[in-house]
Amino acid sequence: MAEKNQGDNSPDTKELNTPLLDELEEGPWPSFVTDLKALSRKKPQVAQLLNQLEESYEDRWNYWTGTVLNVSGYGGGVIARLSEKKDKYPDLAQFHTIRIIAPPGFVYSTKALRNLAEICEKHGTGILQLHGLTGDILALGFDDEGTFAAAEDLMENGWDLGGSGAALRTMQCCVGQARCEMACFDTMKTTRSLTNHYISLLHRPEFMYKFKIKISGCANDCANAMIGADMPIMGTWRGPMQIEQAKVAEFIDEKGVEYVIDNVITRCPTRCISLKGKELVVDHEDCVRCMHCINVMHKALKPGKERGITICLGAKRTLKIGDTMSSVIVPFMPLETEEDFEKLTDLIDRIWDFWNDNSMDHERIGEFIARVGLATFLEGVGLEPDPRMVDRPRTSPYIKFEELAPGPFEGEQKQEPPVWNREPESSESA
Amino acid sequence: MNGTKLAPRDQGAPDYTKFLHPAMARNYGKWDYHERIRPGVLLYVAENGDTLYTVRAGSPRTMSPDLIRKICDIADRYCQGYLRFSMRTNVEFMVEDEADVEPLIEAIKTELGFPIGGTGPSISNIAHTQGWLHCNLPGTDAAGAVKALMDDLIEEFENERFPNRVKIATSCCQINCGRHADIAIIVQHHHPPRIDHTNMQICELPKVVAICPVAAIRPAVVDGNPSVEVVEEKCMYCGACHGQCPSMEIRDADTDTLSIWVGGKGSNARTGPSLMKLAVWGLPNNPPRWPEVSAAVRRILETYKEEGKDWERVGEWIERIGWQRFFEKTGFPFTKYHIEDGPQAMWTYNRSTHVRI
Ligand code: SF4
Ligand code: SF4
Ligand code: SF4
Ligand code: SF4
Repeated sequence: MAEKNQGDNSPDTKELNTPLLDELEEGPWPSFVTDLKALSRKKPQVAQLLNQLEESYEDRWNYWTGTVLNVSGYGGGVIARLSEKKDKYPDLAQFHTIRIIAPPGFVYSTKALRNLAEICEKHGTGILQLHGLTGDILALGFDDEGTFAAAEDLMENGWDLGGSGAALRTMQCCVGQARCEMACFDTMKTTRSLTNHYISLLHRPEFMYKFKIKISGCANDCANAMIGADMPIMGTWRGPMQIEQAKVAEFIDEKGVEYVIDNVITRCPTRCISLKGKELVVDHEDCVRCMHCINVMHKALKPGKERGITICLGAKRTLKIGDTMSSVIVPFMPLETEEDFEKLTDLIDRIWDFWNDNSMDHERIGEFIARVGLATFLEGVGLEPDPRMVDRPRTSPYIKFEELAPGPFEGEQKQEPPVWNREPESSESA
Repeated sequence: MNGTKLAPRDQGAPDYTKFLHPAMARNYGKWDYHERIRPGVLLYVAENGDTLYTVRAGSPRTMSPDLIRKICDIADRYCQGYLRFSMRTNVEFMVEDEADVEPLIEAIKTELGFPIGGTGPSISNIAHTQGWLHCNLPGTDAAGAVKALMDDLIEEFENERFPNRVKIATSCCQINCGRHADIAIIVQHHHPPRIDHTNMQICELPKVVAICPVAAIRPAVVDGNPSVEVVEEKCMYCGACHGQCPSMEIRDADTDTLSIWVGGKGSNARTGPSLMKLAVWGLPNNPPRWPEVSAAVRRILETYKEEGKDWERVGEWIERIGWQRFFEKTGFPFTKYHIEDGPQAMWTYNRSTHVRI
């Protein structure tokens, strides 16, 4: 039954035969199978896609292999796939995905979205995934020529390819100030500015491995940065949060004092909130900006006025040393002016330089820091140690104090002034 | 491209300011508060009193161009030609006038067949991976498993009945590009990779050897050809080598299973972010609808709904009641495989006499 034709829609490859997938047309949730079946009437390769997927369901086996395909001038952005069943499904012989950089915050005009659908339909199947876990728009189903043509057409219309491989990846942010009162900085602007500043590193893999930046306007982390990005950039504030006591009283009247005790006071991670009658008192020096009380009482409470970001490093999924989480690298810095932005890019440059110069092949930054140690890493990128970077000081007493080791010639410790009583170095980071 | 002029390169991220709903553009950075009017409908109020009603609809994520156009038709009719997508593949339609909300919902339901929900303490749409539809590594499908699961859980998408929001994720291989989530479904392999010695790419050999996290792969000569061998006692079936080299096949249609993990959290609200932990293992990889997975997820969700207190995410609820009671209440067995191994393992043992008896 192997078809050796040129994919000219012979009846055998066009016919849908998908009893297992048909079961996914049942049920109330919108079915991608139903939608793709409708598309298969226009696009014979989609019928082949469904038939191959049916075989995967039947055999519990996958029939795609990966390869490399690059658009002229780019070192990534295309996830190239070849079907192992190309004899049977000739139109799947080349069936690639193009990653396209999505507008920050995933906002669209219908004009832009229609334009995207039209280009992808013209040169491929037109199947779009909004959005991939990488934060890209994923456009599926192009052969080699279609990929090149679609890329030109997309770029002619102002779209650009996303990242893949050992490169800076497409950035992703929450909706932020465009529609959220919690946002502590302009996530969309930061995402676009950083993307465009580093666009060359996104398109041409030069790193030891991938590097993901995700950006959330506050600690609620709607962009899933803390456990999903090598570098989460998180909105926060310095100084007291804003409290409107009249609205606190309204909230207490409406919900009752027990609700406030159970759901606000006792849920504060640092127990820094108390009630004085119908007044909410926050010891802002102990507030860790977790956002919980603001989430519950968002009409009465708001982030403080002096806003900025916390920068973390290190999250990634399982490969290779197991899952890692991000940890604080810069406790606070403002991000409003051009100068602030330059400070941020300067820090990112230093981080990338040190990582790429010293890491091993396939070593994400979290794995790299785990291997060399945070102390060494901080020295390497020129940041001062800060207690906000750790849960607790060390418990192991085996320490090589550089200052206290007698030098090879002078035989004396460098105890001038005494190390235990030195002025702390400025903890103003970055 | 036969010498044709190339389109401009390196343009970067699109200019989002052109894609903002007019009310978003007017009130950028000037929002005051929001309210959940009802499941799936949020009202945002700006400092100047402007209102923006957002209706959240669950999409199937993988969409044909015609379906995209139908979405655009609705946004043109009701939303001044603008829309957005949430992180978890929901479509968000926005209108300024409350009177437009009902007709908009009607249009979404009848023209798209999308459910309305995913706000507040509900189950949001499932963020998922590529699976058999388009990845080269998967041991299972993602879109199909998600469709089946959401069919089962749609009422929990359309209502706000949990202590807090529930995020669910899937991964279709041990590379796990799916996220940490309140509840996650993962593939497990059960034996070392099978090596196709005839097809070994010699140039890739050092990379394959280097990628193994436990140094189980070493170069070897097999039948006179350079290849590799795997030290089976060391191998933990992670499949890292398979990602590097297709000749190291880790998947097995007959023996791969699925497992369920709980308690992942990205948000910093209250407790800090946390990784998810093993809850249930050994579930069959059973397309097209994976009923065993749906049943297990539902059992965990029902228990959480019953027992969790307001604002507790799944992981926070379990931290409070303790793992012993989690296993008791859900009825899943706690086994030796639930105990962490590796160098950090001792920090996960109970290092106190705090025991519920
Ligand atoms: S992360 Fe914070 S600022 Fe961003 S959308 Fe979520 S709640 Fe709003
Ligand atoms: S933001 Fe978090 S830490 Fe700060 S007062 Fe509110 S609950 Fe406490
Ligand atoms: S989880 Fe694995 S199989 Fe699934 S899309 Fe990611 S890499 Fe591919
Ligand atoms: S499956 Fe993992 S542990 Fe086993 S040989 Fe491959 S990389 Fe090493």
